[in-house]
Amino acid sequence: MEFYRSHVLVCAGTGCTSSDSQLVRRELLKQLAEKGLDKEIKVVETGCFGFCNLGPIMVVYPEGTFYCQVKPQDVNEIVEEHFIKGRPVQRLLYHEPDKETRTLEFDNIEFFRHQKRVALANCGHINPEVIEEYIARDGYFALARVLHEMTPQEVIDVIKKSGLRGRGGGGFPTGVKWEFASKSQGDQKYVVCNADEGDPGAFMDRSVLEGDPHAVLEAMAIAGYAIGANQGYIYVRAEYPIAVERLQTAIKQARELGLLGKNIFSKGFDFDIDIRLGAGAFVCGEETALLTSIEGRRGEPRPRPPFPAVAGLWGKPTIINNVETFANVPPIIRNGWEWFASMGTEKSKGTKVFALAGKINNTGLIEVPMGTTLRTIIYDIGGGIPKGKKFKAAQTGGPSGGCIPAELLDIEIDYDNLTAIGSMMGSGGLIVMDEDNCMVDIARFFLEFTQDESCGKCPPCRIGTKRMLEILTRITEGKGTPEDLTNLETLAKTIKNASLCGLGQTAPNPVLSTLRYFRHEYEAHIYDKKCPAGVCQALLTYKILAEKCRGCGLCARNCPTNAISGKVKEPYVIDVEKCIKCGACLEKCKFAAVIKE
Amino acid sequence: MRSLEELKAIKEKAEKTISVRENTGAPTITVAMGTCGISNGAREVLNAVIEELNTRGLANIHVTQTGCPGLCHKEPIVTITVPGKNPYMYGKVTPENVKKIIVQHIVNNQPVTEWLVNLEE
Repeated sequence: MEFYRSHVLVCAGTGCTSSDSQLVRRELLKQLAEKGLDKEIKVVETGCFGFCNLGPIMVVYPEGTFYCQVKPQDVNEIVEEHFIKGRPVQRLLYHEPDKETRTLEFDNIEFFRHQKRVALANCGHINPEVIEEYIARDGYFALARVLHEMTPQEVIDVIKKSGLRGRGGGGFPTGVKWEFASKSQGDQKYVVCNADEGDPGAFMDRSVLEGDPHAVLEAMAIAGYAIGANQGYIYVRAEYPIAVERLQTAIKQARELGLLGKNIFSKGFDFDIDIRLGAGAFVCGEETALLTSIEGRRGEPRPRPPFPAVAGLWGKPTIINNVETFANVPPIIRNGWEWFASMGTEKSKGTKVFALAGKINNTGLIEVPMGTTLRTIIYDIGGGIPKGKKFKAAQTGGPSGGCIPAELLDIEIDYDNLTAIGSMMGSGGLIVMDEDNCMVDIARFFLEFTQDESCGKCPPCRIGTKRMLEILTRITEGKGTPEDLTNLETLAKTIKNASLCGLGQTAPNPVLSTLRYFRHEYEAHIYDKKCPAGVCQALLTYKILAEKCRGCGLCARNCPTNAISGKVKEPYVIDVEKCIKCGACLEKCKFAAVIKE
Repeated sequence: MRSLEELKAIKEKAEKTISVRENTGAPTITVAMGTCGISNGAREVLNAVIEELNTRGLANIHVTQTGCPGLCHKEPIVTITVPGKNPYMYGKVTPENVKKIIVQHIVNNQPVTEWLVNLEE
């Protein structure tokens, strides 16, 4: 064994990789070798830490020093100061936005302090490409336990009692799903992992696959044992190249150690896993469409029942679970269902991973117990809204979810509470909006997405979402009529009731929830022809305030259509006929004399 | 994978390699690496520490550095902290005697009293 006095963890998740963490890592390796420190300091690539807006992230153990936004040119100072002289580089430490001091250890950072990591426990802690590091953290011991000590029914009972529900969106009890599949008769059964993460802004499944791929493999093998399947498929989108590569490495290593394959632990249980790449169609996240796509046909949903647990892949009984759901299974087996059920709310147990995005200081990936309030997530962990702006709404559940207004900030987040207020858990995307976001425009954005991603098989979704999008676009252009609101509501209800699959059934949610909580914004667009947030271009007029204008002429020089005229040192004016509302004048004016309304 | 024992053996070995990342309450060996320490041979002492830990296959031990503790005439200085006990500070440490310190203090839990820094000298 080689003893290293220090481990330097460099994030190799997608977020940090795109901010050049690989350059930092290579520079570090080079300098450590030059200084002769490469035998005592080990550089480890890990999965995502979650604090993506501060990447590239580097953590130095045993101290646990948390460096953020490390650039290749910072490496020299870290090596000279920290590794040679033992003095952490202060300027690269994290500092809380509201405090003067910088925080040395990452456990003390607010962003991490309120979190509870179960599914992400190994992300940012182990090297996902080394199976031994997963085993060192009790990996594959859950599989060992079920094969040595438990009957398939006992496994199902533990998962049922734990209260684990599907993390992909629906929230269906995982143990119940497994029991259906186990009771279905069939010579061949399948376990499928849904890694077709399609919600804009959600990336928890990618992070688990990149940071802890073995957890998913182990859980799939456990599920296989529980239902009597010996083949698994992971359906992952090809746009996740790092995740796919780590999965391939993980599967290869697990096969080499005999943790996948024939006669695992000499218990007569065979299980193997293959990867199927998806082309990135949103509808393929819907389980029946996903299965059709694995079969090699066009990814279109089909009516249920029969449910996949009865007739799934190639007509055989199949369970299909999301990545995050699987990541919860090994810890439940190892620590017991009581441990898992002790976290969360009455009907939503355990933790949930959320991807924070939008108008929030700390964008990234977090995991909190179910029942944590939106306020804690946004203000304590997320660090609040940038530039002191006012919180307007949080959008959960992606294109299938809804907007939560400021009055409901103290709601405890779980499956049932979110559904009750017209949103949904979805896969856990959480997009924060401030006073500068127009809610009609947001609804239009999401509908544009679902309309584009509708597979076209059933008319309510194909035609209905198109008509809704047309109405919304009309409203944002100032051409809305009072009937549009009733038409939107009627269409929304019809689409929800009549669509074939989850995509259509949930597509109207962003519209319905914004109509419910922000109806006044729709009405302002329709009756007053105004966009209160100042987003919808067609409803804006740019004006120069005569009392503030110094007559410098900067706006006129930057106007692309020569719509601004005036004399130097006298107030300028905008010709609304010529103005194309590009906003260049507002951006350039140094005296805040240009306004839009 | 044929048996649970096989998995346990892999775990035991792998645990040692990642123990530096776990907050396990391990004993800490701190080498003072200020300018005074380095010029008196702290680098060689640190190398000897790592070499000795490697030779003995000792894993659950944290090795860190610190700046100048202010006793420049006693450099190189090595401090050993076992959780729950007072830290012991050794002065004028050489690559040879640090190995003895590790064996006696960490393995046998017997601090080498004659090499400790005596502030009354």
